[in-house]
Amino acid sequence: MAEVELRGVSKYYKEVAAVSDVSLRIPDREFVALLGPSGCGKTTTLRMLAGFIRPDTGQILIDGKDVTDLPPERRPTAMVFQSYALWPHMTVGENISFGLKLRKVPAAQIAERARAMLDVVRLPGVEHRFPSQLSGGQQQRVALARALVLGPKILLLDEPLSNLDAKLRVRMRDEIRRIQQELQITTVYVTHDQEEALTMADRIAVMNRGVIQQLGDANDIYDRPATSFVADFIGQSNFFRGTLRRANGVTWAHIGDERVAVEPVDGAPDGAHVTVSTRPEVVEVVRAPEPGAFALDDPRLVNFGAYQRLAGRHPTLGPIEARVPKSFRLDARPVYVKLTRARAFAEPEAEMRD
Amino acid sequence: MAAGARALPGVSLTWAIDDPRMRRLILRLFVAGLAVFIGIPLLTLVLWSFAGEWFWPNVIPTQWTIRWYEQVFENPRVVNAMVLSFTIAPVVTVLTALIAIPAGYAFARLNVPFRRVLLLLFLIPNAFPRIGLYVSLAVLYYQINLIDTYWGVVFLHMIGTLVYMTWITTATFRSIDPHLEEAARDAGASPLRAFWSVVFPLALPGIIVASLFSFLASLDEAQGTLIVGTPHFITMPVLMYTLISSFERPVAAVFSVLLSLPSLVLLVAAQRYLRSEYVAAGLGRV
Ligand SMILES: Nc1ncnc2c1ncn2[C@@H]1O[C@H](COP(=O)(O)OP(=O)(O)OP(=O)(O)O)[C@@H](O)[C@H]1O
Ligand SMILES: [Mg+2]
Repeated sequence: MAEVELRGVSKYYKEVAAVSDVSLRIPDREFVALLGPSGCGKTTTLRMLAGFIRPDTGQILIDGKDVTDLPPERRPTAMVFQSYALWPHMTVGENISFGLKLRKVPAAQIAERARAMLDVVRLPGVEHRFPSQLSGGQQQRVALARALVLGPKILLLDEPLSNLDAKLRVRMRDEIRRIQQELQITTVYVTHDQEEALTMADRIAVMNRGVIQQLGDANDIYDRPATSFVADFIGQSNFFRGTLRRANGVTWAHIGDERVAVEPVDGAPDGAHVTVSTRPEVVEVVRAPEPGAFALDDPRLVNFGAYQRLAGRHPTLGPIEARVPKSFRLDARPVYVKLTRARAFAEPEAEMRD
Repeated sequence: MAAGARALPGVSLTWAIDDPRMRRLILRLFVAGLAVFIGIPLLTLVLWSFAGEWFWPNVIPTQWTIRWYEQVFENPRVVNAMVLSFTIAPVVTVLTALIAIPAGYAFARLNVPFRRVLLLLFLIPNAFPRIGLYVSLAVLYYQINLIDTYWGVVFLHMIGTLVYMTWITTATFRSIDPHLEEAARDAGASPLRAFWSVVFPLALPGIIVASLFSFLASLDEAQGTLIVGTPHFITMPVLMYTLISSFERPVAAVFSVLLSLPSLVLLVAAQRYLRSEYVAAGLGRV
């Protein structure tokens, strides 16, 4: 049983909010990814959980106990650093045993637990080597073992895979997820890589400028982005600017003299300025005119190997992209697109990204 | 520059450094030059100190003797000065380390405001003619009764050694990734324990080098010691300065050998710590 909670946590550097009023509850055994672009406050959030940074406002609770004022050595958290931070003057065995020795665990038990943990991370028999004698991926495993051997309640990882090559990254991704499932440990994982977040995490907190923009599982944030930032940052989206109008139970976004049906929007009045987004995968391509289909000028195909992307322009809406199968061919016939499942976001200009 | 060097090997100004063979050659020449400039005078000194008879144009003495050494060691002033030098230098080194290690750590890690200003303050004693500093220090010593005392000499030596050692330890601590220390905290170590188990061992080579410099600098200090230590606290180099003119040349050579010996012994003993990065760190980054 280990749950962690951030309550209205903020951290300022000078006047700038690195993290701004973040609240987040992570139940026992859940794997949460903090995902966002560089400088959005992911590391700051994680380091506040670990106890390296004291929040300026708010509270941090672990199992309901306020740990805001506890230093890192007195928190039941364990951190895996981006640079691994293995102690170069100690062997792998000594690295893993360090925390156990501090806890005055009997020597025989220490050796046993270190060995068992190296088995868990599938790196048996390297106790006597020095970190410099291991590859990057192996060092990563040792760092993980060093964190896990202490039986922490919360595992914290800060972009642990960013120093590995692409292939190894995918393997370690699965490994970390496997270990997390095996040990049933509550985990917070910081990354700017959406694929990592989408594939590993139970829930994803998408951050921008120190604020959690959306918290949800992969489907939530992909299919139902809460903000235009999320729609843009996760996957790809077509964006339009328009005005909200409701008529006959349908919500419309008026863009120039065209209009696009959008999912219902709460809390924004008619006439509100909105950003409209729709994913290339759900844009429907048809070859004959029909209501709600927009003619695409200048259509081009871009091959992505597994699929193709159709890109073109609409005189009023601007550039539009649609995902099409590999069998799709351009010919003399005109191309029309239907913008299905479009979402409208009423946001102050500052929040928008293009 | 490197690309240019590859394209036009004859033209680049850095060809000598770009080419590893050339670099090695330059390094060897440099080492050879150093050996000539330090080694030959040293060797001459050693020869002189054992010379019973050595007339021009012989390359080595024609007679050997340990008479000069006997003469030197029979002189109680010399023995006293040696004992004094070797009781001052370790104390200076230990006291300096006790201050410079925390100071270097603070300069490197904690966000001490005006870090550069502080470091500059540390360096100022080196930037001005020493003799002026020593004279004003002597005036101060008179007022606080430190003149001609053991601790007066020790503190005077520490002015110079503190600067060096803080400078080198600062650079050493700065070269240690702070995440290593955080990882120790995360594993349950108190700040002190994290320092002791992780930072200190990693900084040890730099600390050893700095201590070595302090020790040798103290052994070697003559100007200031002469001013604040006379007449009762005469160290080896001071004695040498004052007596050198009244002795025969071989006796002066014996003095010089005795003064150089500790440096040689210590440098050889600590050789494996004298890795260029620490020395360079001491000279460069702050
Ligand atoms: N010690 C500091 N002093 C001043 N500003 C800081 C400090 N640490 C972080 N910041 C600022 O706070 C913001 C958030 O930083 P943080 O390191 O949390 O970002 P991040 O999301 O981890 O980014 P990245 O993906 O690049 O690691 C950034 O704008 C950063 O410039
Ligand atoms: Mg970061």
